[in-house]
Amino acid sequence: MSLFKPRPLAPLDYTKRLWMRAWVGLTLVFLYLPLLVLIVFSFNDSKRNIVWKGFTTKYYGKVFENDSLVTALGNSITIAFFATIISVILGALAAVMLWRFRFPGKAGVEGAMALPIVVPEICLGVAMLVFFAKIGWPQELPWPLNLSAITVAHVTFCFPFVAMVVRSRLGSFNRQEEEAAKDLGATEWQAFRDILIPHMKPALIAGALLAFTLSLDDFVITFFTSGPNTITFPVKVYSMVRFSVTPEVNAASALLILLTVVLTTVALKLQDFTKAKV
Amino acid sequence: MTEQKPIISVRNVTKQFGNLAAVDNVSLDIMAGEFFVLLGPSGCGKTTLMRMIAGFELPTEGQVLIDGQDMAGIPPNKRPVNMVFQSYAVFPHMSVSDNVAYGLKIAGVGQAEIKTRVQESLELVSMGGLGARMPDQLSGGQRQRVALARSLIMRPKVLLLDEPLSALDAKLRAQMQFELAELQDTLGITFVTVTHDQDEALSMACRIAVINKGGVAQLATPTDLYEYPANRFVADFVGSVNIFEGKLTVDEPERAVVDCPEVGKIFLNHGVTGSHAAQVWVAVRPEKITLAKPGKAKPKDAPTGHNLANGEIKGMSYLGDCTLYEIKLESGRTIRVRRANTARWAEEEFTWDDKVSLSWEATSPVVLLA
Repeated sequence: MSLFKPRPLAPLDYTKRLWMRAWVGLTLVFLYLPLLVLIVFSFNDSKRNIVWKGFTTKYYGKVFENDSLVTALGNSITIAFFATIISVILGALAAVMLWRFRFPGKAGVEGAMALPIVVPEICLGVAMLVFFAKIGWPQELPWPLNLSAITVAHVTFCFPFVAMVVRSRLGSFNRQEEEAAKDLGATEWQAFRDILIPHMKPALIAGALLAFTLSLDDFVITFFTSGPNTITFPVKVYSMVRFSVTPEVNAASALLILLTVVLTTVALKLQDFTKAKV
Repeated sequence: MTEQKPIISVRNVTKQFGNLAAVDNVSLDIMAGEFFVLLGPSGCGKTTLMRMIAGFELPTEGQVLIDGQDMAGIPPNKRPVNMVFQSYAVFPHMSVSDNVAYGLKIAGVGQAEIKTRVQESLELVSMGGLGARMPDQLSGGQRQRVALARSLIMRPKVLLLDEPLSALDAKLRAQMQFELAELQDTLGITFVTVTHDQDEALSMACRIAVINKGGVAQLATPTDLYEYPANRFVADFVGSVNIFEGKLTVDEPERAVVDCPEVGKIFLNHGVTGSHAAQVWVAVRPEKITLAKPGKAKPKDAPTGHNLANGEIKGMSYLGDCTLYEIKLESGRTIRVRRANTARWAEEEFTWDDKVSLSWEATSPVVLLA
């Protein structure tokens, strides 16, 4: 019972173990150091991005002066927005169908739905290119309809993720709740709206977030489906990098990171809010 | 309390799941205002039967009538019955009040009326002050009350309860048994309960239908079920019982004798009605057998040598209010005897390996033909 003798560590005191702390620290460094470097160098007052020459925010201004970059960002957000909405609706309905009904070939449908997740992106990209060329998808449409091909391509690989998240959420649903609603007079649709959708809500939010970020930063598939007038942000950044990695690229990327962080925070807060309310 | 008018008529209902008949040609009437219990072991089809009344399963054959109206083709949301689910199925994302109000909202009842009726309904189940709570802030018993209030607010003709007490602890269960019976009495609504717990069934029911393998084994009042079981399944399932196989040797209006190889001659002071197969079974409840020191047992009203047995105590379990003895008879058969602990110091202590004499009265045995 000495005051100076440290208490022996209990088995569950993970966080007090030195090697555990070191491990966690290293993981964090490994994950976030590159991002940190990127952000720090976006404030670098130098044309070349290797040596620190002093602090400036001028490259952020330059980003917004670069019309083609701003247009690309607008395109990306527009595509992500529509792709997310369509993916969430499609994914949620697919999940409900797979969870609710038994039908011949169900396992096949389930497997086929997971395909866009496992197929290499490059294959999907080429497939999309061939597909849109073959069916003659209209090219010269006014904005934002000219983004429709990319949006369709994005929905293809986004909605299976939504379906997966929603499906696993549905696994924890108590069917008796739905029956209770019907027992109290609700129709099929009312029970779906009042009981099932609130249950799926966290998964819908998580799925939407997933779809939005997947769409926003997709490069490979977009690269194959975008035309000269439909450059997206990642594709634009790639073409800028091909000339040189300037702090402007850094600044643009930092903005993208900021955007995703803000969106994630908002979504999480939204989820907390609905949870606290219910 | 019971009016002689069936509120629910189940007519020749069969429910097939694949090759298996979960409910096999069941017909029964549930009277308006009674507390009716469907009792049976798990997997006997009692829940399926209830779900067919609620409309969640459709009968393969037969009819379900509620208040004289055929329910074929009428979905659950249009039936004048409400159900309390085994898991309670309280909507987790709605407050207690919203849960209770749900049915009225769907029905398009005005806000003001909803408010008063929700309050009324919550007070009925002693949850008056908890309307603002969320379900995850409630105990299991409270959640059940919410489910109950949510159904009762609809003023159903029949309230269906699926294993209402199975998830509660013993004390709460006993309390809820009384509360449910009282609620049923004050509201005058017909209650139909499904349970596998015979104590629950006996304590609450006006009438009980014992279900076995998809069919009704017996439909009777609790007393009749216990004292006049119709067959071996009912005798064994409801309460504990000693069943002996034997031959009916004497059968007259005022007396009958069954010769059971395992226990000797069993005398009854009444005749046996029904078909007269040579082989019958005799059931004697453990609490109706008297334990005595060797040679001291004296059956009342039975001829000498009848309703007597000798044995040795092979097991005892002290239950506080009574003691359960396992006694090995001379034939090698083990039977159960229950003895009430009426005094704090029993006059005659019986313990392991004691030789004992057993006797029972001529009114105690029940002859079972099936």
